[in-house]
Amino acid sequence: MGRLTLQDLDARQGVQIQTFDKPWIKVGMSTCGLAAGADAVFNALVETIQSHSLDWRVTRTGCAGMCSMEPLVEFRVPGESPVMYGEMTPELARELVTQYADKHSLPDDHRVPGLAELAQAAGDPPRTGPRQYRIVMRNCGVIDPENIDEYIDRGGYQALKKVLSSMTPEQVIEELKTSGLRGRGGAGFPVWSKWKMTRASIGDEHFIICNGDEGDPGAYMDRSVLEGDPHAVVEGMIIGGYVIGAQTGFFYIRAEYPLAIERIEKAIKQARAAGLLGSNILGANFSFNIEVRLGAGAFVCGEETALIASVEGKRGTPSPRPPYPSVRGLWKQPTMINNVETLANITQVLLHGGRWFAGIGSGKSTGTKVFAVTGKVKYSGLVEIPMGMTLREVVEEICGGTASGGPIKAVQTGGPSGGLIPADKLDTPITYEHLQQLGSIMGSGGMIVMDETDSVVELSRFYLGFCVDESCGKCAPCRIGGTQILRLLNNIADGKGKEEDLVTIRRMAHAMQKASLCGLGQTAPNPILSALRYYEHEFRERLVPAHK
Amino acid sequence: MTKKIHAIINGLPVEVQAGVTILDAARQVSVHIPTLCKHPDLDATAACGICIVRVKGTAKMLRACCTPLEANMEITTEDPEIIQVRRSVIEMILSKHPNECLTCGRSQNCELQTLAAHFGLRQTHLDSIVPDLPLDETTHAVTLDPRKCITCGRCIQVCQQIQDVWALSFLQRGIDTRISAAGDIHLADSPCVRCGQCSAHCPTGAIVEYDDTEEVWEKLRDPEAFCVAQIAPAVRVAIGEAFDFPVGTNLTGKTYAALRRMGFKAVFDTNFGADLTIMEEAHEFIERFAHGKSVLPLVTSCCPAWVDFMEKFHSDIIPNFSSCKSPQAMVGSLAKTYFAEKNKIDPAKIFVVSIMPCTAKKFEILRSKEMSSSGYQDVDVSLTTRELARMIKQSGIDFHAVPEEQPDHLLGAYTGAGTIFGATGGVMEAALRTAHYLITGENPSRMEFHMTRGLQGIKEGEITVAGKTVRIAVAHGLGNVEKLLAKAREARAAGQDPPYHFVEVMACPGGCVGGGGQPYGVTDELRTKRAAGLYQEDQAGLWRCSHDNPYVQKLYEEYLGQPLGEKSEQLLHTTYRPRPTYHR
Repeated sequence: MGRLTLQDLDARQGVQIQTFDKPWIKVGMSTCGLAAGADAVFNALVETIQSHSLDWRVTRTGCAGMCSMEPLVEFRVPGESPVMYGEMTPELARELVTQYADKHSLPDDHRVPGLAELAQAAGDPPRTGPRQYRIVMRNCGVIDPENIDEYIDRGGYQALKKVLSSMTPEQVIEELKTSGLRGRGGAGFPVWSKWKMTRASIGDEHFIICNGDEGDPGAYMDRSVLEGDPHAVVEGMIIGGYVIGAQTGFFYIRAEYPLAIERIEKAIKQARAAGLLGSNILGANFSFNIEVRLGAGAFVCGEETALIASVEGKRGTPSPRPPYPSVRGLWKQPTMINNVETLANITQVLLHGGRWFAGIGSGKSTGTKVFAVTGKVKYSGLVEIPMGMTLREVVEEICGGTASGGPIKAVQTGGPSGGLIPADKLDTPITYEHLQQLGSIMGSGGMIVMDETDSVVELSRFYLGFCVDESCGKCAPCRIGGTQILRLLNNIADGKGKEEDLVTIRRMAHAMQKASLCGLGQTAPNPILSALRYYEHEFRERLVPAHK
Repeated sequence: MTKKIHAIINGLPVEVQAGVTILDAARQVSVHIPTLCKHPDLDATAACGICIVRVKGTAKMLRACCTPLEANMEITTEDPEIIQVRRSVIEMILSKHPNECLTCGRSQNCELQTLAAHFGLRQTHLDSIVPDLPLDETTHAVTLDPRKCITCGRCIQVCQQIQDVWALSFLQRGIDTRISAAGDIHLADSPCVRCGQCSAHCPTGAIVEYDDTEEVWEKLRDPEAFCVAQIAPAVRVAIGEAFDFPVGTNLTGKTYAALRRMGFKAVFDTNFGADLTIMEEAHEFIERFAHGKSVLPLVTSCCPAWVDFMEKFHSDIIPNFSSCKSPQAMVGSLAKTYFAEKNKIDPAKIFVVSIMPCTAKKFEILRSKEMSSSGYQDVDVSLTTRELARMIKQSGIDFHAVPEEQPDHLLGAYTGAGTIFGATGGVMEAALRTAHYLITGENPSRMEFHMTRGLQGIKEGEITVAGKTVRIAVAHGLGNVEKLLAKAREARAAGQDPPYHFVEVMACPGGCVGGGGQPYGVTDELRTKRAAGLYQEDQAGLWRCSHDNPYVQKLYEEYLGQPLGEKSEQLLHTTYRPRPTYHR
């Protein structure tokens, strides 16, 4: 594709319904799909179509969300409703093609009801699908992430066009303010405020960084968005660069996400070829380029200052704030760091308006949130829901409750920085504020469902162990406190703990929260503290009896 | 003009410049916030978590070391919760620190020990989790004990940011984080220049000087050995700190006396060697400056860490280097030749101990074959000020009461020019005095060259002597060297006049008064006071120019002949070679 002009984009304005005049098969080929064998399915489809000399279309797409049913294959025939198949095998794929080619009918087995409609429903503007609400994942599972044309057909780069041709940076910030969009990395800081502060900071140069160092155990929302709709994040970053006055942006993506890196790199290349990156983008007096930097496997590099150190090529350890990155960040210049999901929201806020966005969600938690629901749940995978929906609706209604059919014991949110929410509190709405009141946090979107067979002691041990492994070692409270609490916890788990150990754990956890330098250390005690808050008896059961 | 900030600390109103941290602001109202990792020389690393304070209106506790005071903040620095958190953090740190205070090089002078004492921890609820890690003694200058490290990061900061050496770094992460030579090699194989600033800034016993006192005791006990000592300029104004004298007190006479009581048979003064260095170096300078022999600028060579740094990183300026040995090396070689001959002592039996403010001197005495110009190793052992203080204490000498004594004048008489070698700019000032004399035949009318004094990292200036302009530069702290060298290289590449004619470099901030072997707790305030002690002695002295030292004159008459003469070259000069690191 050559350079795009404003007129080109004008001509493609509005979301195009994907039209087709021959059968079109889409295979979910994100990491989840590939792990489940999507490659073999894809190859089987291509071979069978060729061997039958059929003029059908087979394309890759991202993750549609229902990861437990991967490989997912969507079969679309002109004039008919799309059908989604789950747990696809090469044999089944061959059968699918053969049966339709021979009899113009489709097998009934392995159908996943509702999902195709959900993906299809993510239209213009995104509207409520069956319970889920897709803004961030609007293209995931729908378009070929490696094809910029499919992205443009779905309204891609229209927000950038709108911004560059008709909006000042201040107007963009104002729109974001109206929207109430908050950072999706976990802390929920107002996005408009961060953009405004970075724009206002004085420096030789400004930088924007997309934080793709997703690391909470069980959380993979950002990976799926990067893999499923990379251009949406790229476009969000270009707009951010325009607003803060940056000429360079960086994707900081953990090296364990090779497919996300590959797709982002392809997207950048395509955007550059289309003139959406480079000099005088869409004829505007604005030049912007994007580079990719890989994280080397340290969880703490998701923390802003550690991330900056890592991009600079230094040991990834946090440094004191202030100065905040918005004032003095990468190479001592004003730097804005936004999470993947945050950036994926930007285009939709600007296309449909801040007021529209603010109408979704609840209170100060506007818009949607993507969660990676895992654990003892029937359907694990990604769900995107309007904030304000209750935990029970997500876990029991969307995800089908526990796999065993038994009762839910608790839901863990916020990963290693979050906490447990017991079953009797599942009617709590999912908002930043409500989750905090329960001693947990929204976090980046991990949600782990526990049933009665799960041990709270073991879960606490797992999360603390994770933080101990991932502590950078810079500050004493995190470095030593975490290790010592874990030792005491291991003792308790082994039946050797004493009453006073619980006192020491609480005291050390408190010191860690108060005296650690960065969020990792400050929040690492949260899982165990919330476990003690709701399930102290489980710890006590394992203590050495006081009198023998 | 910077903005003034008004705030409240523990109910006391405080006014500071914008940007001042809560920690520093609190000091202004006599509130001391404890900290383990913050050092006044260095940026806050925020590593220890001890200095947390409460700011009204925020749930979090903030670190006082790195949080700038903001207008109208209301700060509480101590309350039961803060104190409990601090006690818990100290308890954590102690659980990962070996209980070896009784045998530790920092006992009674350890910031962690002091803090633990202040907080009165009487029992600990945490198991000891001290890892088993080996010592690194390979430099024979500093000893690194990573077990005792609290990973405050001061040593790394000083090594990287102040000294630009980048020998030390953190390895691994989490509880396994440890200090080491970067790349986990031995420190001796690293770019380490042995300046010892890491040990001077370490709050605990994780980095201390390599202890050579045992060898010295052994020789002092040996009836066959003829032990002689020499003390460096900067030692005399710092050793008192180990005995609670006011900082900067000049204790030259008492140190001589203590050394004699310990059993040294002759006590010399490195200041004599400094005067001699000036005689040689000033002549070298005149040769280059007035007679166009060899290149300019001439660069001083008396600091061994600087010499090592230059050989490792900047060997292209070897031609600019003064070939003069350092004062301690000159005294060493003359002790085993001139002194030995005059007193008919077998030089093989002479054991020269130098007392230095420096850990790099321990390396210098072995750095090249010229360090054995007497036919023997010229200086046998180099001790730091800290080691000498310990030896005096072990000897049962009442340092406060001991009467002052004189040195053995043959290699002990000195001028004020020799004394001020101990402060940054001192070598330059002393050299200018003598160079002035050599050019004009007269001593300068004003002895003080104020442009060379003070703690500014780079000092530049020019003086006019007999109608000729001499451009000089003084740098201290190796991190400041690069800028000077860049200027000189640029001019050289462009075929222009050199920006300077004479350059003095000292590795340690403040020069030798701030040396890596000096008593602990160095700050700019201490450096200034120690230097003031040296300048006082210079001002009060009878002789203030090295060429006026009658014993130096006598040495040339009786033994050496003339500066840069054959014998001088043999005993007092050295050579350099590139020593690139990481090329094995």
